[in-house]
Amino acid sequence: MELTDIIVKVILIVIVFAISLVIAMYSTYAERKIAAFFQDRVGPNRAGPFGMLQPLADGAKMFLKEEIIPTRASGLLFIVGPSLAILTACIGSAVIPWGQKLTIGSTIIDLQVTDINVGILYIFGVVSLGVYGIMIGGWASNNKYSLLGAIRAASQNISYEISMGLSIIALLLVTGSLSLREIAEQQHGFWHDGWFTWNFFKQPLGFLIFIVCAFAETNRTPFDLPECETELVGGYHTEYSSMKLGFYLFAEYINMFVSSAVMATLYFGGYNFPFMDSLGLSANWITIIGVIVLFAKIFAFIFFFMWIRWTIPRFRYDQLMNLGWKTLIPLAIANIVITGIVVTLLN
Amino acid sequence: MESLSNKKKVLEVKPLNIWERAYLPAIFKGLAITMKHFFKKPVTIKYPEQKREFSENFRGMHSLKRDENGRERCTACGLCALSCPAEAITMTAAERQKGEENLYREEKYAAVYEINMLRCIFCGLCEEACPKEAIYLDGDIVPADYLRKDFIYGKDKLVEAPLNQ
Repeated sequence: MELTDIIVKVILIVIVFAISLVIAMYSTYAERKIAAFFQDRVGPNRAGPFGMLQPLADGAKMFLKEEIIPTRASGLLFIVGPSLAILTACIGSAVIPWGQKLTIGSTIIDLQVTDINVGILYIFGVVSLGVYGIMIGGWASNNKYSLLGAIRAASQNISYEISMGLSIIALLLVTGSLSLREIAEQQHGFWHDGWFTWNFFKQPLGFLIFIVCAFAETNRTPFDLPECETELVGGYHTEYSSMKLGFYLFAEYINMFVSSAVMATLYFGGYNFPFMDSLGLSANWITIIGVIVLFAKIFAFIFFFMWIRWTIPRFRYDQLMNLGWKTLIPLAIANIVITGIVVTLLN
Repeated sequence: MESLSNKKKVLEVKPLNIWERAYLPAIFKGLAITMKHFFKKPVTIKYPEQKREFSENFRGMHSLKRDENGRERCTACGLCALSCPAEAITMTAAERQKGEENLYREEKYAAVYEINMLRCIFCGLCEEACPKEAIYLDGDIVPADYLRKDFIYGKDKLVEAPLNQ
């Protein structure tokens, strides 16, 4: 690898890292504002114009709060928990293709941190690591509510990972590749050979299963049982305070951002948009517009996450397990069978 | 047992049909409802900048009234203190001296008049009891304060501003 390549990669990594942090930060603001709009309220509007500085105020508060480590907690694991949560949340975005290639002079910049040929498996690996942060934090707190929340998180994530993986298998039958870059490239444009190129139109059932599982994996309502305030005081982060609590909350929003990006890439064409070839713009402009389009899709998904939160109440625990094991897994398997038959017939 | 009112209704619990068991139509209906609220105008009144209008018979802070010549109407008869169910009112009477006719309407007046705003329940019985139409609860909300002693309002806070000032 040449030096310029390494510099470009480092810059890209820093940008992606910064963007995911800023988006997570402003997701907290967006969540509160959107929640307010859904409830006919105004929302935060005191810190800065329209309350835009609210995330900064919250962050400052998190840093200034007293840090409490319970005497009965196991010290090291108590710190490892939130660190692991935020670490796994941040490294998930490494394989997401943010756009096509940029050409500046003679250097070609690939708008993706790394294009590994098992990108989807990598994301799955990282997502399943995420539950360790919650598990360790809940266990180390030495508190019954934390432990209950952690156990719920673990069993919920394991259950829903299965149907998530099965729904992806059907997608892989269609795409024939595990590389996210290649999957995104296959969805070029919007319409090709008499059918939509976006995978959503080829795998509507798979997408439905995937998005339900994504809600469960990110612990968002209606699957927020690991941290339900009404039953468990706060779930796995009951004993946490100051920035360690902030890390847990932050990790949830980064997870939401990453899973929105994954959904946009896998099913909604990633950085592709309709009529991208017939605009007559140069390749670099198409790339830049593509990045904007991808982020628009991601924001739409994040909005959808929040929209669902204020629409659907939390599942009961047995309902959650019923939905996961008795509905989604059979549906996903049926989806694989149908997709397999259709792919075979079309070929 | 047979119900006497004849209002009893036996409800039939029907199992959900396939459309209802699929959840999704209901979820989309719910999403439509929440989206309708998203575009509704917020009902919030942004308090320190905006204020909700009081109704006409709102009872707020007391004020001791003056008559048309700017003299204090209160004659310290004590009926308000007597009628007060919360025992929030207390006063000390004094005799009007020569030369004070332009200050006090009656020959006896309240030298000290105190209302404990923490005790007051804003029932308005004092204004009903007053034979001189001297006290009315026509003010604003009693403002917050830090110390209990600061909630005992004397004449400096209660008496209306003089006419020609």
